Amino acid sequence: MSAAPESSSEYIKHHLTNLTFGRFPAGHEHAGQWGFAHSMKEAGEMGFWAINVDSMVISLLLGLLFLWLFRHVARRATTGVPSGLQNFVEWVVEFIDNSVRGSFSGRNPLVAPLSLTIFIWVLLMNIMDLIPVDWLPWLAGMAGVGHLKVVPSNDPNITFGLSLTVFALVLYYSIKIKGLGGFLGELAFQPFPKWMAPVNLLLEGVSLVSKPISLSLRLFGNMYAGEMIFILIALMYGGNLALAGFGGLLQLGWAIFHILIILLQAFIFMTLTIVYLDMASQEHH
Amino acid sequence: MNFNATLIGQSITFVAFVWFCMRFVWPPIMTALAERKEKIAEGLAAADRGRHEQELGQKRALEIMHEAKQRAAEIISRAEKRGAEIVEEAKTEAVEEGNRLKAAAQAEIEQEVNRAREALRGQVVEIATAGAGRILKRELDATANDELIKDLVARI
Repeated sequence: MSAAPESSSEYIKHHLTNLTFGRFPAGHEHAGQWGFAHSMKEAGEMGFWAINVDSMVISLLLGLLFLWLFRHVARRATTGVPSGLQNFVEWVVEFIDNSVRGSFSGRNPLVAPLSLTIFIWVLLMNIMDLIPVDWLPWLAGMAGVGHLKVVPSNDPNITFGLSLTVFALVLYYSIKIKGLGGFLGELAFQPFPKWMAPVNLLLEGVSLVSKPISLSLRLFGNMYAGEMIFILIALMYGGNLALAGFGGLLQLGWAIFHILIILLQAFIFMTLTIVYLDMASQEHH
Repeated sequence: MNFNATLIGQSITFVAFVWFCMRFVWPPIMTALAERKEKIAEGLAAADRGRHEQELGQKRALEIMHEAKQRAAEIISRAEKRGAEIVEEAKTEAVEEGNRLKAAAQAEIEQEVNRAREALRGQVVEIATAGAGRILKRELDATANDELIKDLVARI
């Protein structure tokens, strides 16, 4: 940590600040220079062309871990008796495959690998939440890094990055399969008769745009709330011994409960992606 | 919530990961799974076939055993019959042999008797000749009286 947090609010704020790299805005003492923001406010002032290095690096590492692990298994996949790791990977793959078969009615070779990537990647990002909140920031502080937000899915940039890509796929397949006219017709001519097209367009437009927003905010909100509770529990360690012991129990309980949320959110993100793509690939009447 | 270029970075990373997964991860695993499924199905079918064949073999073995038992019983009964026959034959043969031996012995005895009678007859002739000589107190020419003697001998 860059500075020992003095008050609870500072401690919480510190934990919620990304390590943001960008250009200092005008009026700053380093105006026009590139560097790491020192506070959430500074990060905000850097505008769009800044990057949350912690979220980006951790999500990249987790994604690479996932791909390396699965590629490792895929390369030596045998048809004989599978080893433990292969067994696990095959179990996951079959689970995803069943989910896709259950929800996606068309034939699209993209959907299943997409779902696998989403599920495992989001799951790994969520699992970072189970690491006690102070460990990695403390290590980073030792290494001279001022801020570190450990859970990438706790960064709306990450969740929106996922959901907007999914949204782009939804638009792409909608137009590809139904044609631009068909897609627009679907937006304008239902649920009410054609003469009410503006109303239809409004309703359908809202429901269309709400897809990526709800997808990403659901994941972000759950992770944010979970992380916040971990941080609040961690605050209790600053109190006396009894309070710290109680906090330890609470943290254990919340972590166990949080495992459920972590899995559930990854699964929901994946399932909704499949459902949205299925809706995009189907002709409605 | 500060939106910044992380959004774009994450999207690019996501697309790259999905592409990699779609190209290098998903297909080999699915292929392996499908192949294993096929192998297991084949194995199960083979096991079924084997069990069926074993059942057939067992039935066949039972049949063969049954037949063999029957044939063995048949052979035994035939052998017993044959044994009894052999005993019977031996008995009759023995009786015949005994009869034959008895007959031979009787013939021999008869021969002996005849020979003894011949010898006795000769002696009787000599004795009679000597007796007649003595009675006649005269010497008879053996050659002159040969016919007479022969006649005597034949009459005995």
